[in-house]
Amino acid sequence: MTERLRVRFVKLGKVRFTSHRDVARMWERAVRRSQLPVAASQGFNPRPLLAFGLALPTGAESLAEYLDITVVDGAAVVPLDQLARDLSAGLPVGVEVAALGWVTGDAGSLQEQVTSCSWDLEVRGVRASELARRVEQLLGAPSVPVQRERKGRAVDDDLRPAIRSLSVTPRQQDCAGGGSVWLQAELATRPRGVRPRELADALGADVVLGRARRTQQWIEHGGERREPLGMGAGLGTAIAAHAWERAS
Amino acid sequence: MRSLWPSIEPLLDGVTKPARYIGGELGALTPEHRPGAVSWLLIYPDTYEIGLPNQGLQILYELLNERPDALAERAYAPWVDMEAAMRAAGVPLFSLENHLPATDFDVLAFNLSAELVYTNVLNLLDLAGLAVRSAERSAADPLVLAGGHCAFNPEPLADFIDAFVLGDGEEVVGEITEVIGSWRAQGSERQALLEALASLDGVYVPSLYEVRYAGDALAEVVPASPAAPAEVRKRTIADLAAWPYPKAQLVPLTEVVHDRLNVEVFRGCTRGCRFCQAGMVTRPVRERPGEQVREMVRAGLARTGYDEVALTSLSTADFSSIEETVRAIVGGECGDQQVSVSLPSLRVDAFTVATATEIARARRTGLTFAPEGGTWRMRRVINKLIREEDLYGAVEAAFANGWRRVKLYFLIGLPTEQDEDVLGIAALARRCVEIGRAYHRSPTVVASVGGFVPKAQTPFQWCRQDTVEELRRKINLLKEACHKVRGLSLRWHDPEASVVEGLASRGDRRMGAVIERVWRAGGTFQEWSERFDMATWAEALAAEGLSFDAVAYRARDEDETLPWDHLSAGLHKDFLWSDWQDALAAVAVEDCRWTPCYDCGACTGAGLEHVVASPVPPAGGSQGTGQDLSRGDRVPVRFTAGVGTR
Repeated sequence: MTERLRVRFVKLGKVRFTSHRDVARMWERAVRRSQLPVAASQGFNPRPLLAFGLALPTGAESLAEYLDITVVDGAAVVPLDQLARDLSAGLPVGVEVAALGWVTGDAGSLQEQVTSCSWDLEVRGVRASELARRVEQLLGAPSVPVQRERKGRAVDDDLRPAIRSLSVTPRQQDCAGGGSVWLQAELATRPRGVRPRELADALGADVVLGRARRTQQWIEHGGERREPLGMGAGLGTAIAAHAWERAS
Repeated sequence: MRSLWPSIEPLLDGVTKPARYIGGELGALTPEHRPGAVSWLLIYPDTYEIGLPNQGLQILYELLNERPDALAERAYAPWVDMEAAMRAAGVPLFSLENHLPATDFDVLAFNLSAELVYTNVLNLLDLAGLAVRSAERSAADPLVLAGGHCAFNPEPLADFIDAFVLGDGEEVVGEITEVIGSWRAQGSERQALLEALASLDGVYVPSLYEVRYAGDALAEVVPASPAAPAEVRKRTIADLAAWPYPKAQLVPLTEVVHDRLNVEVFRGCTRGCRFCQAGMVTRPVRERPGEQVREMVRAGLARTGYDEVALTSLSTADFSSIEETVRAIVGGECGDQQVSVSLPSLRVDAFTVATATEIARARRTGLTFAPEGGTWRMRRVINKLIREEDLYGAVEAAFANGWRRVKLYFLIGLPTEQDEDVLGIAALARRCVEIGRAYHRSPTVVASVGGFVPKAQTPFQWCRQDTVEELRRKINLLKEACHKVRGLSLRWHDPEASVVEGLASRGDRRMGAVIERVWRAGGTFQEWSERFDMATWAEALAAEGLSFDAVAYRARDEDETLPWDHLSAGLHKDFLWSDWQDALAAVAVEDCRWTPCYDCGACTGAGLEHVVASPVPPAGGSQGTGQDLSRGDRVPVRFTAGVGTR
């Protein structure tokens, strides 16, 4: 009887320059090293059954990445706090497990479930007051047109419906600080997600996007909003702070 | 020690594949720079993806970092977008571990695996902030070293590199460290350091030699200092078992070539393929004990989490313990998870396919063989003694065992080559497709054709190289002959790149100015087809009064001075010459691992022996050993279409 294990992990510091595919390979190796009894795909080239959530753009950091691992025999899995340590030990500096938990069988995949993501975005090139004015303007606009390329063709899209919330963070205190302003945004994933860079561009050509950090992913269902996996007992925050120290 | 990371980080948002520049691989060390420790920056002058897996560099990286008196970091050539960003921001070449500027190191050591990277070497010196020419650098600058197979004709880079290392690096890097350490303690001139280095076996300091010409011809390269030996001999480690490295292979965070565990099973090769510089310059054969290989696989898989291991060597099917080793790995003795094994450089025979079948239970996509020559006569000339029956047997076994794609490597432009030898490639490939049809509806055969480049320290070092036009004509012959054959596809290497490689492989010291001109004209990453530019090379050659005719297209006489005559890979020059004469007469020689010595010089001259566990040739014993070579061109009749519908 296969069971699904959900992992929440962070990606911070230098390792943020690796791609989504790179992260998938890191996890495959870490899972093999941990000796977790992971299920394999069928076919000529069996791969461990790892299902990743929304891709994180290369260069962005995250406190809330998710991964579902299908295991062959849940009873054979070591205690989860032990497993979290084993997995983190096999991952590069900056990638660490923040929480682990079992998922009930009928929950959909991460890709299907997640409806929006919260971001902290570092912005340079404009003062906080000017940025706040533009944010108001953007939120007040009926539509925010953008040109995208799909299947090699230019398509007109509207960013506005996907911008759930946007605000200038007051007096952000962050180790990366210094001459920059931080935005907080919640961006929907459907029908099409908004990339942090697209949002920055929509705020003006002079707006330069610095660090982008995904802080939360959300599942909205029947008016309720929850995270795919809570941080649980402060474990996540503790690990994130620690990972941040080591990775930068 | 100042980390450049704060200046590097902002550049990474705007470049392709930024993970190339962050370091942080599993196995990477962050050595502490300390007084009394000689700091080495090991540089692979190509992209991170190509350079990271290089085993030679990783071995030296570990050995140096184990020493109390040394430390080592790594650097690779930044791609053109990153280089432009670095130059614009004033960021010099940096190390990946501590992100330190290259000039913070005592030694910059380049790995030279291919000739077309030479312009990158100059570019990296310049990016480091150094003068490219040795004569213009001072004692305050890092010492610039280079090693690797290309160092067996180092003359084209002689003006840029302070010292070359010939042969195995394991022992000599320690000796060089000690020489630098004591030179630094004494605080003497750069010249004293160079002379001390020249006294080490295997170290060639080109500035201590004088090059004399007679008209346009090279007359001699002779010592100009009492410290310089008349002949520099390569270094050879006697016993691979004493060097179980790398112990902690680097596992990159991003995709690279050969992204798997690599375990070297033997070094050297005595099959005697006459075109193969690697086989000639790495003799004798030194096997690693089977038990040590299995232990390295076991430890490596557990440490890295890889699910694939390559057993590396120049001809892995010849490894005495190949069967036990493969059985142990696929049988789960080296780890409980499913592991696939890859054997680069497969020998061509049915036995080898049986081994390959055992290891490729899951992934059976393609199998590659390298007959190199299209006819049995051609294969006798190059001493690649694959009989037709071995090749067709191997191909049939491959298709019968579920492979659908067979790839065949060939060379064109070989000595004594006639059009019928070239067309033999097409005939042979077509026949392989026919064999495949007996097993699959749509078998695929890929014939990949490269232009032969004569290399230093091989029997073909005297040979003329085909012109670009001649290579193109031969490729066209093949295109016609392969046209509209369903299931057969032909691929070929750019003849212009082969010819430029020939300039660097056999050029003398005058080629340095050509390389410098090409670099100054922006010609970096010349081994990348999108960056290669023939016109730049032609212009640079003409500007230096040189020509393709004089360097590449010309055969050499027995008594001509070769630019590398003062350097020895252990092979007697008269052995090489007689092997060349045998080649011209299509006379083959057997593998000396299992037959009497014919005194090539590699063992006898250095007091070494082959280290081979098996006293008999491998089962299937192809390539001449114990085979009837008189019928190498016989095609067994049972391979006609319709046979073997199992």
